[in-house]
This record gives sequence, C-alpha cells and structure tokens, in this order.
Amino acid sequence: MFDGLIKIQQTFFDPHEIAEVLPQLILTGLPNTILLAILASLIGLACALVVAVGLSARARWLRGVCRAYVDILRGLPHILTIYIIGQGLPLAGLALFGNNTYAYAAFAIGLIESAYMAEILRAGLQSVEKGQIEAARSLGMSPAKCFVYIILPQGIRRVLPPLTGQFILVIKGTALVFLLGLTTSQREIFSIAQDAAINNANLSPLTAAGIFYLLLTVPMTYAVNAWERRMGVQSKRVGGDD
Amino acid sequence: MTAQTPATQTPAAQGGQRILYDGVNLSFGAHHVLHDITLEIPGGQTTCIIGPSGSGKSTLLRCTNLMERPQTGRILIGGDEITAKGTDIDRLRRRVGMVFQHFHLFSHLDVMENVTLALRKVLGLGREEAEARAMAQLEAVGLGGFERRRPADLSGGQQQRVAIARSLAMEPQVMLFDEATSALDPELVKGVLELMTGLAKTGMTMVVVTHEMRFARSVAGQVVFMDKGRIVEQAEPDRMFDRPESPRLQHFLDQVL
Ligand SMILES: Nc1ncnc2c1ncn2[C@@H]1O[C@H](COP(=O)(O)OP(=O)(O)OP(=O)(O)O)[C@@H](O)[C@H]1O
Ligand SMILES: [Mg+2]
Repeated sequence: MFDGLIKIQQTFFDPHEIAEVLPQLILTGLPNTILLAILASLIGLACALVVAVGLSARARWLRGVCRAYVDILRGLPHILTIYIIGQGLPLAGLALFGNNTYAYAAFAIGLIESAYMAEILRAGLQSVEKGQIEAARSLGMSPAKCFVYIILPQGIRRVLPPLTGQFILVIKGTALVFLLGLTTSQREIFSIAQDAAINNANLSPLTAAGIFYLLLTVPMTYAVNAWERRMGVQSKRVGGDD
Repeated sequence: MTAQTPATQTPAAQGGQRILYDGVNLSFGAHHVLHDITLEIPGGQTTCIIGPSGSGKSTLLRCTNLMERPQTGRILIGGDEITAKGTDIDRLRRRVGMVFQHFHLFSHLDVMENVTLALRKVLGLGREEAEARAMAQLEAVGLGGFERRRPADLSGGQQQRVAIARSLAMEPQVMLFDEATSALDPELVKGVLELMTGLAKTGMTMVVVTHEMRFARSVAGQVVFMDKGRIVEQAEPDRMFDRPESPRLQHFLDQVL
C-alpha cells in the first residue's frame, strides 16, 4: 500500500526529474507555447473575419462555401488536420513556409481555430442592432464604411469574452504540434515534457507541463467568466434603457 | 436646456428643395404597400403625414432616401430624379437627413463621436472642423457639455436630440422624421417637438410622420392623411382637422384626438 504510493510519487512527482526539465520549460517551452498560441490566434482571427462575413453574406453560394469550411474544420479531429496541413502541404510541394515546422504548426492551428472563431464572430456581427446600421446608411455611409465603423467594433466587443475563451483552447491545442517534429529551440511545453519523459522513462516532466498549462489557463478562465458577468450586467442596463 | 434654434442656418435656396412623388408604387412580395402615390412636398416648409398603423407612412418616408426602392413611379428632390438608374445613393443620403423613432445612436461611440463620424468618414472633414461643427449642433439642441457621454447614459429625449444633431450636422436639404417622439416618455416629448418647430422655422423642408396632432396643426404647411397605402386626403392643417372630408379621416381623427 505504502509502496504503491511511493511508486506513484516517483513516477509522476519526482522532484529531481521536475527540477531538471524546469529551466527548459520556462525558457523555451513557455515562450514558444505562448507565441504559438498568439500567432495561431491572429491567423485564426484574420481568416475567421473573412469567413464570418461570408457566413452572413447574401449570396447563397458564398454562404455555402463558408459553411462547408466551418463544418469540415470543426468536424475533423484536430490531430488529422494538423497532420494534413503540417506534413501534407510541404509534401505536396506547397512549401508555403519553407521547412519551418513552427510556421506550419501555427498555420494549421490557426485554420482550425478560424472555424470556431468564425462562428463566434458571426454571432457578434449579427447582434449589432439593425437600426444603427440603417442610421449609418442614412447618413451616407457605404456598406463597407458601415461595416468598418459600426458593425465590426460593436460585433467584436460583444464577443470578446468568448473569443478569449477560444484563446484558452488554442493554448491547449498547441500541444498537438509535437506531431510535426519541432527543432529543439522550437519546442513548446508539451514537446519538451514529452521528450524528457521518454528519455528518462519517467512521467514527472509531464506533470510539470500540466502545471504550466493550468497556470496559463485557469486564471484566464476565471477572468473571462468575470468579464462575461460584467458585460451581462452592462448589456442588461443598456437593454433596460430602451 | 430646451433648445429652440438649430445651428444650421439653411439658405433658402438649399432649404427650399421640394419633393415630388409621381405615381409611386411599392410592394413587399404580394403585399401592395404604396398605391400610386402622387404628392408634392413644397420646399421650405413642413409636411406632416398622419394615418393609422400599417398605412405605409414609414415606407413612403423610407423611399425618400431610397432605404426602400419603389417598383414603379418617380421621386424627385429639388428637380433631381432620385429614382433614376444611376443615382449615387450615398451622395443622395447626404442631402436627406433621417430621424428614427428609436434614435439609433451608435452605442459604442460617445455623443461627440456619434455626430462627427459621418462628417469625417463621409464628408471627409478633418477632426477639428468636424468637432467644431458637431459642437455647434450639440449646443443648438441644448446638449452642450454632453460630448463625452455614452448614448446609454442619456434620457430618450436627449438621445433623440443627439440623433437630430447628428443628421443636421451633415447640412441636409431635407429632413425626414419617422415618429420621432413616439418612443419618448410624455415629459420628454415637448423638448424634441420644440426643437423640430425651431428647425421648421429656419425654412428646412421637413417630412414628419407623427401622431402629435397639435404639432401638425401648429407647424405643418400641409397635412397628408394616408390609409391602406393611399393618400386619402391632403390639405392645410386647419381644413384637415376642422373639416375632414372623407369618413376614414373623420374616423381616424375621432380615435386620436
Ligand atoms: N421590409 C418589409 N417587408 C415586408 N413588409 C413590410 C416591410 N416594411 C413594412 N412592411 C409592411 O408594409 C406595411 C406598411 O408599413 P409601414 O411601416 O410603412 O406602416 P406605417 O404607416 O409606418 O405604420 P406604423 O404607424 O405602425 O409605423 C405594413 O403592413 C408592414 O407590415
Ligand atoms: Mg411607421
């Protein structure tokens, strides 16, 4: 019984193993994870914006294309998409980023995220009061100006909390890029922990990695929840005024 | 607080734009909403449009700045046929201000930004010039000192006055009001009506859809009664209200007065 506990401790919580991997996790893994998540989110956001506009377009074929894009990327296992894009594109001669695995990884996660973010953005853009759009148009604003100055700022503001929530998922999603085989300096938290775990036949580095992920995601989750509560209160006040 | 004279000193030539509806028809699908509307809105005065709900008042107003497009018929503003094929809609709308029942201020912008946005992005004015123009309008509607407030922090009456200032800052030749006071608490109606009265006195051409019969009687040059998509009666206010001719108008007036 006691032996069992010690074995668990040695497998998952070996302080020596953790201490050994810690510098790498902090100096290489953490910055890479954060950078990868930010890059992927920016790529995702840019693509999502285009797709979100397409999803609420008047032209049926355009709506159809965007709907298919969202359905496919959300319907596939992420691991498959990352493989197809990260390994497939260069193999097929579409070496967009040379042999920079890191860039393919960011691109692959970005595309996946864009499908989820597009749905969030679409909801935001469509939530903008039609009357304000009419008011803008009646002042002589073109549809494009109306989009840039009225719809976009209001639409995005309203979905900032769910977008941030999505960012938390991106942080976790970056773990999957180990599949693409990153160079030593490109490795993010999970790759480093996994390599160390395999080399030392001990799972403690993974425990350390888990703690890092939790340190990143849990505070953000609470912040988003608080934010959403505050915005809920605000929008009720605005709504009650009408 | 209540303001009387809007800052736009509309030159007679500009404020004198008349509007002509010539055989205008509009349907939403099978629903024929405007039947052969032929109507002259004289320049430089106020025309009030009254009528029961669903009679097509808003739709007629919305045709005037092409928010809706009639299927047949022509609309002319100051001699320009706006229903003609090549009309630049955005350019037309600079000439035609519109005020809505529910204000529709831009909720993410403060009062000053609400007024300056179109000045800057549509007319291309620089920030300083736009803000000076906006400030003059805001003071004219009695809202000097409210520049940095958010729409949500204003009363309905204040919001509507910002909306009027926002339209007037574009220096339009024609102003359209669609039940501008219908959404206001009773005690806030007066201030907005006074503002509209002051604007009418400057010689602005105004088309006002309203349920405020006292306003119509005292300000309008002519009153138009619509029912079921047709113009049923059209006259100067005293004749309209004191000696209604059609039974439908009599019935309508019995209900609202
Ligand atoms: N976009 C639209 N699509 C379909 N039907 C419409 C549309 N807009 C208005 N209608 C219909 O056209 C008719 C006239 O509407 P309109 O809003 O012009 O009436 P109104 O006289 O302004 O009424 P109210 O006093 O209630 O504002 C109504 O039966 C309305 O349901
Ligand atoms: Mg109406």
